[in-house]
Amino acid sequence: MGPIVADKPAIDIELKAPAGDWRDARVEFRKGTFSNASLPKDLIPLGLPNPRKWQPTDLDWQLPRDWQRILLEGMRERLARYRSFRLFMDVCVRCGACADKCHFYLGSGDPKNMPFARAELVRSVYRRYFTTSGRLFGKLAGARELTEDVVKEWFYYFYQCTECRRCSIYCPFGIDTAEITMIVRELLSLIGVSTHWVTEPAANCYRVGNHLGIAPHAFKDGLDFARDELRDITGLDIEIPINRKGAEVLFVMPSADYFATPHYYTLLGYMMLFKEIGLDFTVSAYASEGGNFGLFHSNDLMKRLNAKIYAEAKRLGVKWILGGECGHMWRVLHQYMDTMNGPADFLEVPVSPLTGTRFENAVSTKMVHICEFTADLLYHEKIKLDRTRNDAYIVTYHDSCNPARAMGLLEEPRYVLERSCNHFHEMPAKTIREYTFCCGSGAGLGNDENMEMRLRGGFPRANAVRHVRAEHGVNLLACICAIDKATLPTLMDYWVPGVQVAGVHELLGNALVMRGEKERVTNVRGEPLAKGGAADG
Amino acid sequence: MKALAAAAALVAALAIAGALAGAVPGGAAAVTVVLPYVAFCTLLGGLTWQVWRWAQTPVPYRIPTTCGQQRSLPWIRTAPIDNPDNGIMAAIRVVIEALTFRSLLRNSRARVGAGRLEFSEARLLWLASLVLHWSLLVIVLRHLRFVFLPTPFFVPTLDAVDGFLRIGAPPLLITDVLVLAALLYLLGRRVATPMLRYMSLFTDYFALLLLLGIALSGMAMRYVAPVNLVSVKEFALALVALHPLVPAAPSMLLLVHLMLVSTLAIYLPFSKLVHFGGVFLSPTRNLANNSRRVRHINPWNHAVPTHTYAEWEAEYAEKMKLAGLPVDGADRGG
Ligand code: SF4
Ligand code: SF4
Repeated sequence: MGPIVADKPAIDIELKAPAGDWRDARVEFRKGTFSNASLPKDLIPLGLPNPRKWQPTDLDWQLPRDWQRILLEGMRERLARYRSFRLFMDVCVRCGACADKCHFYLGSGDPKNMPFARAELVRSVYRRYFTTSGRLFGKLAGARELTEDVVKEWFYYFYQCTECRRCSIYCPFGIDTAEITMIVRELLSLIGVSTHWVTEPAANCYRVGNHLGIAPHAFKDGLDFARDELRDITGLDIEIPINRKGAEVLFVMPSADYFATPHYYTLLGYMMLFKEIGLDFTVSAYASEGGNFGLFHSNDLMKRLNAKIYAEAKRLGVKWILGGECGHMWRVLHQYMDTMNGPADFLEVPVSPLTGTRFENAVSTKMVHICEFTADLLYHEKIKLDRTRNDAYIVTYHDSCNPARAMGLLEEPRYVLERSCNHFHEMPAKTIREYTFCCGSGAGLGNDENMEMRLRGGFPRANAVRHVRAEHGVNLLACICAIDKATLPTLMDYWVPGVQVAGVHELLGNALVMRGEKERVTNVRGEPLAKGGAADG
Repeated sequence: MKALAAAAALVAALAIAGALAGAVPGGAAAVTVVLPYVAFCTLLGGLTWQVWRWAQTPVPYRIPTTCGQQRSLPWIRTAPIDNPDNGIMAAIRVVIEALTFRSLLRNSRARVGAGRLEFSEARLLWLASLVLHWSLLVIVLRHLRFVFLPTPFFVPTLDAVDGFLRIGAPPLLITDVLVLAALLYLLGRRVATPMLRYMSLFTDYFALLLLLGIALSGMAMRYVAPVNLVSVKEFALALVALHPLVPAAPSMLLLVHLMLVSTLAIYLPFSKLVHFGGVFLSPTRNLANNSRRVRHINPWNHAVPTHTYAEWEAEYAEKMKLAGLPVDGADRGG
């Protein structure tokens, strides 16, 4: 790829005062910094409003005639439904503590990408229409009319937020701009303003079962292919059961795990693990998507897509659900699923069939994260790893935003990683765990047309990787997120060439010593193993 | 800058109005009696209304921001406060935030240079905010001497500690110095940081300048042109006893002080100064991260259309059979 942003970042932060007044809503839709608009073919099957052909660069967005009424009515409704929204509109003191915490601000230098500025874009409208002072004093009270320019500005900046929640941990009031972004995107969807990269996968997922719209028979082909590859690598026949009734566990993974690389190697890792421990599981072709792009669109769409998981668990009669590596998927599973589509009273409390561990933290939702599951296996020494098989890798770990800041799943993946490889180095403390920097492409922004903004937004993450590459020669960035796996390779190629991206269970799969396996000569990528390492208990 | 000028002008106008009130017939009564009552009622009513408005808005989802290890497997060390697993721990998280401004303590400063991003500590904002709020609390508590008879037991102690420097007579109170320093820092920071200045509104400056005006007029009454404390106390006691007495010849400073304090009380419930609500009610902070263990109920959880398995299978059944995938088939039809 040719340089998309200037060779070294043309980033200017707080050095010069921004010109103009932030209330001026006009934005320039510059190529490379925004996502394309939704298409009717996706909005119609989902029953979403105002399907039409348009692009953000159009002068006329073909909004419904009463778009302003719809938006204000929508705001009123959401102010009454979400304390978060109401409170976050009222309490920001504009202290600026969140300002330079956002990767988009750091990467773009655009002041409207400061989280509190982003929020102010809608807060100003809130003041104008929902507060007395705003109605009376207008501009002096920080109020702004809701114009078409404001709609365009909202679209630009609320699709320049990856809902990563990093700003929220620095805010004295926990103001979560991700929450505001979710609500504004939902508002925009009411007048048919959304992005193709979000609604196409959502429509596919709704109708066919997964983001790419892979039909069940093709899904089976994909998994059969994995079975062949697994035979080549391990010499074992590893079957991946589909829609099998009566299995103990339903395994749900992001669909990228079976159609994209490097995700695919993680799938191989999971399957090797399940084979080795003899897990009684099935995957589903109907619920063949763990990811949920509805989260990036609206509450209702998230719920509609998510509903399949419990419905399928019930139909198949499984006891509990295990979930693969994916960030936003786990935001939905952890913080929304049970509330939206529960109670899961037809399932049983998850218990590891090997260790007998009862997953107390999941007794209601009945869904366990694969890293929790595997860490437990390792702790009880139920599987054997030969970490020298990963000796070609010098590994660092990227905490995905949602597992870090909407769950706190920090140690489990590290526990697995540290036992799967010999060379592991953390990035600087202010860039990992709850302070982790986003890949810059989450929340539906990971499309090609938005590339410049993605590379800018990913710069803080890449910068930290560059640091450990210089310090320790890191050449592999491990993560547990499908969007990371899809977008970090591009980011690395641009900023830190030579660093590959892998899932935690890919490394586990490499290291896993399986009963009856042939001598491993390659890792799951088919690359030859470095010779001569002793097994590690 | 226009916002700053407007805010400064308004605070100055209020102060002048207060100062001149004594010269107008009925003016002293308005500022010393009517205004304080109005202000007190507005403050109480306004805050109640705000808190009620927030409290009655549902919290549909449990969305804490987690800042540490979750509780999952028993042998993994958790961060019980930063990632609370139950209501008590969440409450502790909130209390620590309220008392120590913990999140601001995390603050860092990012710099980009030569294609690199660097972080440095940035604790001044935390320090200034903490000092400001704690000093204000002490100052408010000190003022209780005026409205209670006998003076509450802790006030003299507070005074003694506060005046530990023993400079001058009456002794210089450390909170007075601190409050001024904090306000000036916050104001200076707002003006001097381009990005912050860009986003700052009238209200941001107004709140700071109003507090500054209150602090200065109050301090002037202590250090520059001391007022007769006995008569002020008489006046204040009468006010709280609801038998108001208009002071005979009120000091101009007292009028200014009362004017500004009353303005603050009236302004507070309807401005960003209600931010304390965010500390206690924010669903990202006051909820436990136990969503998978304890089901959270959304009071408005409405039904949504879904694409059912039966509908899905109807579309793919033939191809599934060919591929050897199990189909429900017969169970369908209902
Ligand atoms: S840290 Fe919180 S209060 Fe401060 S500016 Fe950001 S959102 Fe507003
Ligand atoms: S949630 Fe993330 S992307 Fe969005 S404003 Fe906050 S820091 Fe920026």
